[in-house]
Amino acid sequence: MKTKLADSILTWYGELTTRGQLIRRGRLLLIPGMLWLMLFLVLPGLVLVAVSCITRGAYGQLEWTFTLENYKRLAGFSLFGWTPDYLMILWRSVVVAFVTTGVSVLLSYPLCFFIAGRPERSRYMWLTLVIIPFWTNMVIRAYAWFLILSPEMPFARIAAIFGFIPDGAPLYPNAFAVYLGMVSMFLPFVTLPLYASVERLDWSLVEAAQDLYASRVRVFTQAILPQTMPGLSVGIILTFIPAMGMFVVPDLLGGAKYMLVGNLIQQQFGPSRDWPFGAAISMGLMVLTMIGLQIYRRKGKEIEYV
Amino acid sequence: MRRQHPLIVAASCLTLLFLYLPLLGVAIFSVNDARRGLVWKGFTLKWYLKLFENDWILQAAWNTLLLAVVSTIVATLLGTILAIAMDRFPWRPRTSGVLDVILHIPVVIPDIILAAALVVAFGLLRMVSSIFEPGLLNMIIGHITFQIAFVALVVRSRLVAIGSEVEEAARDLFATNWYILRKVMLPLLMPGIIAGAMLAFTLSLDDFVISFFTAGPDSQTLPLFIFAAVRRGVTPQIHALSTLIMLVTVILVVATERFTRKHEAA
Repeated sequence: MKTKLADSILTWYGELTTRGQLIRRGRLLLIPGMLWLMLFLVLPGLVLVAVSCITRGAYGQLEWTFTLENYKRLAGFSLFGWTPDYLMILWRSVVVAFVTTGVSVLLSYPLCFFIAGRPERSRYMWLTLVIIPFWTNMVIRAYAWFLILSPEMPFARIAAIFGFIPDGAPLYPNAFAVYLGMVSMFLPFVTLPLYASVERLDWSLVEAAQDLYASRVRVFTQAILPQTMPGLSVGIILTFIPAMGMFVVPDLLGGAKYMLVGNLIQQQFGPSRDWPFGAAISMGLMVLTMIGLQIYRRKGKEIEYV
Repeated sequence: MRRQHPLIVAASCLTLLFLYLPLLGVAIFSVNDARRGLVWKGFTLKWYLKLFENDWILQAAWNTLLLAVVSTIVATLLGTILAIAMDRFPWRPRTSGVLDVILHIPVVIPDIILAAALVVAFGLLRMVSSIFEPGLLNMIIGHITFQIAFVALVVRSRLVAIGSEVEEAARDLFATNWYILRKVMLPLLMPGIIAGAMLAFTLSLDDFVISFFTAGPDSQTLPLFIFAAVRRGVTPQIHALSTLIMLVTVILVVATERFTRKHEAA
């Protein structure tokens, strides 16, 4: 709600006042919250950028000499030449986030149509069933997969019978376990916003497409997809970005072999005590996030014109 | 009701099964009488009873609750004031643009980046004062930081929805600012404020990453405790604890649903 701006004198809810007076009043109200966000969000962010450009002392302390060494290291340059290990981890994080988002979208469409097709009264019940895992603690859900994939459970036994894994071994750590965990973690993040769009779907358009002998694929791409785009794009962004930074699932289910950028950051701030390098990796993740957001915004604009 | 393709029904049931199977597994093993391994040895509640004798877990539960309550109260206050300040004053488009971007940072960046920034900032602040040692205070500060944004966004959408007509009417009738705040704005805003507070509270209970980065040795929360337990080797008590947390989640979700639906109907 925008208050109409006359140039110098304004009527603010019936009370005559000047713009300057209102701005001063507004600033007073802005101060507490904004001061907090400045102190504990913006400033730490800037400090993080600064720290990514300094060196680490012999005992893990910060030494304030400017260097780009951390970024070089992230890009793979070391004393012994070029190795793309860190870049691989960044790339893998993007791939995992991408696949997680894709699978979540594929599973969400049928689920949303299913719920939207229930009688009005039971829809809330089905929706609540999706919301409960959404709000259940991530560590618990990741641990739940840890339990389900453990050697004593039927899944690992079946896999062992078919010879996929040695007898008595768990179904982790590997990429498969990470994907299972990730998709179950982020699926509700797609389903809930998508459902909001599906519920309001104009079925007459879908029927019109069917009457005109559109194939199933065309019905979906021309009649359903554009209508559900608002919810879908929210779901995609809610999944893709946090999925890149995820570290609980890869830590429990991926092991050292399937490390993602979240684990790498945690390692630098935890056991390795190399804050400058950790800060540089965070910047790398930040750049990936920004690219993701930018693509999303550009796509968003295109969709508005359609 | 629309006729549904059996494939859609089957896929949906499988998807829901996929979401719930692991959680059910945990719940089943929380009442299994086996000390080790996952073989069924009969029903028992002893793991739940042991839970209440475990000082570590009780302490972690207390920390979790304290953290959530304190951070929610502060964040709700700050977030609500911020929402009113941003929505009801004639800011220049550029100013509101900048404010908007700052408010959206915690919502769109991965939480691990905020956690890393806080670790570094607290590390530097520690040189100034020892209260910034890793611990409960740092966790509270971290939680408030991301909660403010969510509270402010929820409250602001409510402010937009109720519009300013009623307030304008009150002003035309010579109500003072204070009177309008108490008798007009707050009652109308209350559902939004409570919804924002509930969201902030659940976000705090749900958080792992920010807590993990800012916690000290004496300030474990339940998610941190479970995470550490999984790496140490799990005891059945963890199953019981996880099941209890799931039950609390179910209660919170159902209560929130009831609350928001009641207010949509009104």
